[in-house]
Amino acid sequence: MSAVWVTIGGLAVATAAVKAAGPVALGGRPLPTPLLMVISLLAAALLAALVATQTFADGKSLVVDARAGGVAAAAAAIALRAPLVVTIVVAALVTATLRAVS
Amino acid sequence: MPEGHRESFRAGVRVGIPIAAASLLVGISFGVLAEPVMGDVAPIVMSAIVFAGSAQFAATAVLAGGGGAVAAIVAGILLNARFLPMGIAIAPSVRGGVLWRTLTGQAIIDASWALANRGGGRFDVHYMLGATLVNYPAWVAGAAIGVFGSRVIGDPATLGLDAIFPAFFLGLLANELRGGLSIGAAGIGAAVALALTPFTPAGVPVLAACAGALLGLARR
Repeated sequence: MSAVWVTIGGLAVATAAVKAAGPVALGGRPLPTPLLMVISLLAAALLAALVATQTFADGKSLVVDARAGGVAAAAAAIALRAPLVVTIVVAALVTATLRAVS
Repeated sequence: MPEGHRESFRAGVRVGIPIAAASLLVGISFGVLAEPVMGDVAPIVMSAIVFAGSAQFAATAVLAGGGGAVAAIVAGILLNARFLPMGIAIAPSVRGGVLWRTLTGQAIIDASWALANRGGGRFDVHYMLGATLVNYPAWVAGAAIGVFGSRVIGDPATLGLDAIFPAFFLGLLANELRGGLSIGAAGIGAAVALALTPFTPAGVPVLAACAGALLGLARR
């Protein structure tokens, strides 16, 4: 079997296991209150990290490129209460335009 | 399914439609980028059975750079490591047998999980299931379109497709910012992730950003 298929199979199994671990091991049982307080902020911390890395990381370097312009335009769209679909289209269009003119 | 759960599921399906649009576009760019590395069939199979965008991009990048299967799998697992704390977060809200809990865990994707967050450690898992269910066919179809349309589509970066996920996550983040603590957690999360990016393998920065949520211990 080629490396591609080994990768796909291995990653499929590993991903399923990681996603199932929490619900299988702890499902339906209450968690201690301090942990719940941490969990209620987990989405904010994770989403901010995803936005930051997907906007500014290029491999291991931090760069400000056309993506930053697109995401800034998305921030403006969000502030104007644009629907999510409009927001992502604006981000792609601005990013593509900045790349085309630079 | 009891009526309340069915309602949640339907609401999740509705909210999942814009997620599916974003996933379709990012799925297309995955197909385009993976096709020269893996051929026609493998990228579509990968999207169907791995179903985790960032891990798929990371593993493909390793293979494209000449890395072996083990390195590619490790890169993918690092990107997926955040699903462990996310799974623990929803665990109290997931009732039922082991098979159901295993299946519910598979529905954890960033967007659906964040949208199902009801605060105070509670998650609406049926809402998450609905949102993920409409997202799945879009992700797989995107890969197929990308693979077979790659000659027409060209470089996804030219179309700005790489800005779609960060813009999309920013929209979800705006929903999460409900007060000083959540803004603080987001600020710490972003700062930790950016600070670690030059020094750690991909995936570790986002996992470490979970530390931002420790600010929750400051709440009384």
